[in-house]
Amino acid sequence: MPTVSPRSIDTATPARSESAISIRGAVKRYGDVTAVDGLDLEVPYGICLGLLGPNGAGKSTTMRLLTAQSRADEGEISVLGHRLPRESKKARALMGVVPQQDNIDEELTARQNLEVFAHLYRVPKADRAAAVSRALQVAQLVDRADTKADDLSGGMRRRLLIARGLVHRPRLVLLDEPTVGLDPQVRQELWSLVAALRAEGVTTLMSTHYIEEAERLADECALMSHGKVVARGAPGALIAEHAGGHVDEHHGSPERLAEIAELAAAAGIRTRRTGPSIALLAAERQPESLREKLGAPTIRRPSSLEDVFVILTGESVE
Amino acid sequence: MSSQPGSGQVAAPRWFEWAPVRGVWSRETALYKRYWASTSFAALVEPTIWLLAFGFGFGSVVGAAYGYNYRDFVATGVVATSVLFISAFGAMFGSFIRRTYQHTYDAVLAAPVDVHELVTAEASWLAAKAGLYGCAPVLVGMAFGLDPSPGMLLVPFIGFLTGLAFALFGIWMSAIVPSINTFDYVISGVLAPMLLVAGTFFPIDELPPWAAGIARLNPLYHCVELVRSAVFGRLGPADLGHVGFLLGFGALMWGLAVWKMRARMID
Repeated sequence: MPTVSPRSIDTATPARSESAISIRGAVKRYGDVTAVDGLDLEVPYGICLGLLGPNGAGKSTTMRLLTAQSRADEGEISVLGHRLPRESKKARALMGVVPQQDNIDEELTARQNLEVFAHLYRVPKADRAAAVSRALQVAQLVDRADTKADDLSGGMRRRLLIARGLVHRPRLVLLDEPTVGLDPQVRQELWSLVAALRAEGVTTLMSTHYIEEAERLADECALMSHGKVVARGAPGALIAEHAGGHVDEHHGSPERLAEIAELAAAAGIRTRRTGPSIALLAAERQPESLREKLGAPTIRRPSSLEDVFVILTGESVE
Repeated sequence: MSSQPGSGQVAAPRWFEWAPVRGVWSRETALYKRYWASTSFAALVEPTIWLLAFGFGFGSVVGAAYGYNYRDFVATGVVATSVLFISAFGAMFGSFIRRTYQHTYDAVLAAPVDVHELVTAEASWLAAKAGLYGCAPVLVGMAFGLDPSPGMLLVPFIGFLTGLAFALFGIWMSAIVPSINTFDYVISGVLAPMLLVAGTFFPIDELPPWAAGIARLNPLYHCVELVRSAVFGRLGPADLGHVGFLLGFGALMWGLAVWKMRARMID
């Protein structure tokens, strides 16, 4: 994997701001819909933060707020020490944005797409050719550099989309659902790209609604629901706090499942319905009396981030 | 690398920077290198058809008219037609497609580019193209016997100025229409009448006084007058007025295009 960013990133981190991204009390309304509703989010330098939430939780609006393409109705936002929206142009010059929606210029070749953005990102003339060829390497499209984007496969286009956001070696990268709608194999390819960014100390804010993606790539996760962050922490810590060590899944008739739900609730154990079964979270904490009443579980499995997500947001994700 | 783009030591960005213009021109020149043949073909054939149909068909009936050889009258007038087609049509359809179908503008505005820079950059390319291809009718006219003159060298600049204003008009339209089909109203209701009462095929003085008065507010009329003054070597103080009108029209269109495009792109 070629390098995507300079290694001397630590020396470049200004001391005047503790966070690469700081959002305080942000509110964004579209008519009657409040897409972002009192959002607080601090992203320290050098980490990959996974912004996890179901569709409609406000992840994409948050991303648009950070590029000042949406203007918050309330709250304060700063990016790399620059206040938005007033200093957004400076902030945008320093960050790379990979949108959820593929907006590669289809008529241009891979190389031409990168050249246009090398201009827009003010890569100096002397460095431009090198920046474009480095981005082509990042996208693993050196052999397809002169292919029109229209003729690239879905995975190639997404790699190009990511490389386009890295052409100027940004210190901060916003990845909005980087793998949505892609095959599992393609998704894994992109994961290695994101992992390389993190390894080089680039601060990354990655929204996703794929639990596995967040678990694999993020140093920390922020769970979003209805426009605000409902939980924040390292994936392991979030799991331990909200879903314990393991989960017991019991199968049975609908009546039996309802009964188990009642018994568990009485014993203070959280449950979630998982299709034809019911899952007891943090099952190791259940009292002996409950364990006797329920009998052996059908399945015992480690707790997952998905369990945390479902109990905190009441919504299911992929 | 000698510079460190990631180091954060960038100067405060100015209100207007040329990087967006260079970015747009980089995209457009890449496309132009691919499509120049068809673009140039259309740019030369269209005025040829106008000239054949009006200059020769109609011109053979009227011969000399309005103090000109009618063929020369049409060849100079059609410059405005070519400029309008390239700038206004290119901007309306191009901007609409890039904004709504290709989402190109979303990508550009996530980079350090503001709406007024994007609008200016897009219009500047179309203006340059209009300046270049605005010369096509003059070249075709020369092939049919129009006498060369040094003033012809001003035609690309007149085309650029007019093209800039009409490209901005097109971008403004692209930002206010609800669908691409709505352009039919603009084309039939605004551009077609403009084209006909610009003095292209007959002087506006031939119109009833009230209509002639309205025609003087038509920016294309001022373009046509400037082209004829330049080509026929009779530039005078009145032409400053024509330039001023086009500059004012362009400034107004710039404001409207930026205003409406910002409303579309930034929420």
